[in-house]
Amino acid sequence: MSMPSGAALRRVASFAAALVLGWFCLLIASCVSRVEPDVVVWHSYRGAEASAIQHVVDSFHQLHPDILVEVVPIPYQAYSSKLASAIPRGNGPDVFLFAQERIGAWSASGLIQPVGQDVNDNLLAEIAPPMLEACTWEGELWGLPVAFKNVALFYNRTALSELGGSPPTNTGEMIGLARRFNDPAAGRFGLVYQISDFYFHAPWIFGFGGALVGDDGLPRLSGEELSASLDFVNSLQNDWSLLPRDSGYNVVKDRFATGNALFVIQGPWFLGELTGVDFGVVPLPVVSETGLPARPLLTVESAFLSGHTLPGRRADALAVMEYLAGYDASVLRAVEGRQNPANTRALQDPRVALDPELSPFAQAGLQGVAMPNHPAMQVIWEPANRILEQTLRGDRPRQEILDDAARDLAIALTPPPPPTSPMPWVLLMGALLLSFAVWSVIRARRVGLVARMVEQKWAYLYIAPAAIASGLLIFVPFFTGAAISFFAHENGEFTFVGLSNFVRILTSSDFGFWEPRSFWFTLAVTVLWTLLNVTLHVCIGLALALLLRDPWVRLRGAYRVLLIVPWAVPNYITALIWKSLFNFNFGAINHLLGVFGVPAVDWFSQFSTAFTANLVTNTWLGFPFMMVVSLGALQAIPRDLEDAAEVDGASKWQRFRHITFPLLKPALIPAIVLGSVWTFNMFNIIYLVSEGGPDSSTDILITEAYRWAFQRQEQYGYAAAYGVLIFGVLLLYTRLTTPKKSAEDA
Amino acid sequence: MSAPQESFQPVTWVQQALRQALLMGVTVVTLYPVLWVLKVALSPDAGFGSGWSPIPTEVSFRHFMTVFSTRDGLGNALFPIQLLNSLLVSTVTTLVGLAVSTTAAYAFSRFRFPGREEGMKAFLVTQMFPGVVMAVPLYILLDELRLLNSMMGLALVYSTTSVPFSVWMLKGYFDTIPKDLEEAALVDGASQWFIFSRIVLPLAKPAIVVTALFSFMTAWNEFILAATFLSGERNMTLPVVLQSYVDDNSTAWGPFAAGALVVSLPVMALFFALQKHLVGGLTSGGVKG
Repeated sequence: MSMPSGAALRRVASFAAALVLGWFCLLIASCVSRVEPDVVVWHSYRGAEASAIQHVVDSFHQLHPDILVEVVPIPYQAYSSKLASAIPRGNGPDVFLFAQERIGAWSASGLIQPVGQDVNDNLLAEIAPPMLEACTWEGELWGLPVAFKNVALFYNRTALSELGGSPPTNTGEMIGLARRFNDPAAGRFGLVYQISDFYFHAPWIFGFGGALVGDDGLPRLSGEELSASLDFVNSLQNDWSLLPRDSGYNVVKDRFATGNALFVIQGPWFLGELTGVDFGVVPLPVVSETGLPARPLLTVESAFLSGHTLPGRRADALAVMEYLAGYDASVLRAVEGRQNPANTRALQDPRVALDPELSPFAQAGLQGVAMPNHPAMQVIWEPANRILEQTLRGDRPRQEILDDAARDLAIALTPPPPPTSPMPWVLLMGALLLSFAVWSVIRARRVGLVARMVEQKWAYLYIAPAAIASGLLIFVPFFTGAAISFFAHENGEFTFVGLSNFVRILTSSDFGFWEPRSFWFTLAVTVLWTLLNVTLHVCIGLALALLLRDPWVRLRGAYRVLLIVPWAVPNYITALIWKSLFNFNFGAINHLLGVFGVPAVDWFSQFSTAFTANLVTNTWLGFPFMMVVSLGALQAIPRDLEDAAEVDGASKWQRFRHITFPLLKPALIPAIVLGSVWTFNMFNIIYLVSEGGPDSSTDILITEAYRWAFQRQEQYGYAAAYGVLIFGVLLLYTRLTTPKKSAEDA
Repeated sequence: MSAPQESFQPVTWVQQALRQALLMGVTVVTLYPVLWVLKVALSPDAGFGSGWSPIPTEVSFRHFMTVFSTRDGLGNALFPIQLLNSLLVSTVTTLVGLAVSTTAAYAFSRFRFPGREEGMKAFLVTQMFPGVVMAVPLYILLDELRLLNSMMGLALVYSTTSVPFSVWMLKGYFDTIPKDLEEAALVDGASQWFIFSRIVLPLAKPAIVVTALFSFMTAWNEFILAATFLSGERNMTLPVVLQSYVDDNSTAWGPFAAGALVVSLPVMALFFALQKHLVGGLTSGGVKG
């Protein structure tokens, strides 16, 4: 049967050649038609906002036909890391739109340049002062505000009028109305919002008179006002059950869209999601206890000038920025893109001021508090969210919660260790390499290495492409990336610190040894995670392969295709679906348990159940791969052996255990080893389903590394050290399993 | 002597029914979350996660239309181009990756040469490198090679990263193929290459299928590197397009779910087309001679 395979190979080869040729043509075509733009603008908008930006640029072209502007939308998830990697290498945009909160860090690393001197003063006078201030850092204006976003109070107009009420102006009124509407048993809730998300909680802190920043300009999570705000939300959820537990964005939207929520706190992005609900929007109410308004956090979206914009392009880039922030463009962006402009003249234009959807947000926003620019502010989110989760769970005393948060803040703000000299290390490396070289040469001589290698030259030829490619594109980048673990990063600067990062991680100096977020605890969780997952994947996959192998089973083909579906659908979305299936109030799993009389489980409130949720999701995702591998491996086993054994009277289990399984092992073991390694580093599920909670207990090593890099003040060196340690653990694991494998090979 | 593939014993309908029930039960549980994705894709309001029934109350194809009819700033249709990008990258990755890995896996399986153990271990070790450590160095490397923002550059990175996995899987499978055939052919005077390409490869079809499928899928679904290396809507691959429906505050669940399903279809089609090779196996003469 080798004929079809030869012909098939040729067909495949010609198809591939055609594809490559086609691509080549595309490449040529795009080169030819590509005109170099004068200004490149990046943004991460989508939908109406994105098309509004495009229209703004189109009208800019009509005014300035000699300046060619290219607008490039970038997916939000990759946006800030793309900016950080592209701009310093000169591949980035000239102008980009982003929220203002990273100005502190970006100005220090040179990603942006100040624009205050060069922007037209008349334009600056039109921009709302709080917005300008939000973009000011260390006395300079770093970005030109173009729009702002903040939350406000949405209300169900029909329901409110049925209650005979009017939009509340203070929290007392709001709670009163909410409680009258509330009927948790029927799925109706008075006030639904993401209560354990700090972004939504901050207004209450301000409403109780608190602040997020201490006198030193550093983030602060303490004080009477904070405590009062925590008591407030505690009563909302636990005393009056005004919200469902596990209120994520989808639950909020679902409750409001189905008329089952009276009040909802959301931002302008929510407007586009509501069809068929008669709703109104008002600014957040004043806190009755203090008489202070609940001021929302303000996201000021601004145009930034890249720090690496070539001087020749600067004037054009500034012209684009000024146009974007100007009156005409602002009105266009408001009307079409449904975003509130930072330009006050535009805000006062009747088309914007009288817009029933935009104006309440503007009213609320102009009272809002912009996120401070200090580079350290980024670290406030994790401990703040943790405070909220723990408060609402109610299983720890308030003071402990706040003390822990203070400690977490301090850890995240730890300054980098003092730089040490790299000289000893360089010398050590040199010495090691030299002795390794000498030892290799001696050993090679002794073993007659060169002669043996020449004898087997075919082998090397066969391996060469794979080895070269892997060497260049895997090993080199890894070792370069891993080298960062010897450095500490702060604001774009790397300083050599030797082994400090490793010492800090391994001695668990920040956290107790068996506390979540310590390396050892996380390692234990990761090992448990890997073991359980791989065992389940293999058992289920193999069992299914065996079930599908018997030729008398009908519809085998159909089952095979259907059962690989979990593998085929992108795991980002299925992970989120699974997360919603585990939702406390509305998830299908609790619903199913209810059918059997089992009380609903609060899946994400404890380690054991959160871990189980992750496990179930990953098992669902992982068994198809093992099933496919097993199917392939089973094909290698001639049935005669098993048939003979059956004739001899062996039972099914005996046949499996003594004939099938040993024959399967060589093909299965690579899959198991690889599967274990992948599961060990399975980021998506942990990050999306349990989000590492509760309190980082279900985080595995790779998610911890990510958090160090991106949530705890860009401690890239520390995160790289984590990466190296992960690698080390896995290496150790394979060493331990190797003796078994060599025996197999023989 | 029994018929090569199927040793039929008479099967009672009870056995068949039980087996079907079991398989059907597993299938339902397996498909349930995906039915939810379908529901979100078909519901005009993107109802998500309340109740237990994944059957949509209203059906609308609006979200699929949104996915298919995205246009760039100049009004050109984007989806066909993005689909082609993904197809190109994934196919090239699979073909190149396979070509490079099969030879290497064969060498590791059949030859005993200095560096064999270390080589296998080195390949395995590459799987353990956390991707996040490599994104920036790879970016710089591709930039230097002027391969940034190109499908070729992406395919190069993907093929290379798929090689270690492929080598491992294929070698394991090659190990299970008995050497008698090859030895017989050697005695008959066949060349090394002939043995490899005409004898061993066809026998290894199931493993090649699994490996090809996995390489294709990994390249097809990969987002992080694609988003980092590529710029501009015309260059995006489908996972990047999918992620563009997600932003800081909210996600356009309808188009996202519709897009996710569209993205899954080619993989399922590929599997469907290849699965008979998965099941083919060693039954066709030669081995049992």
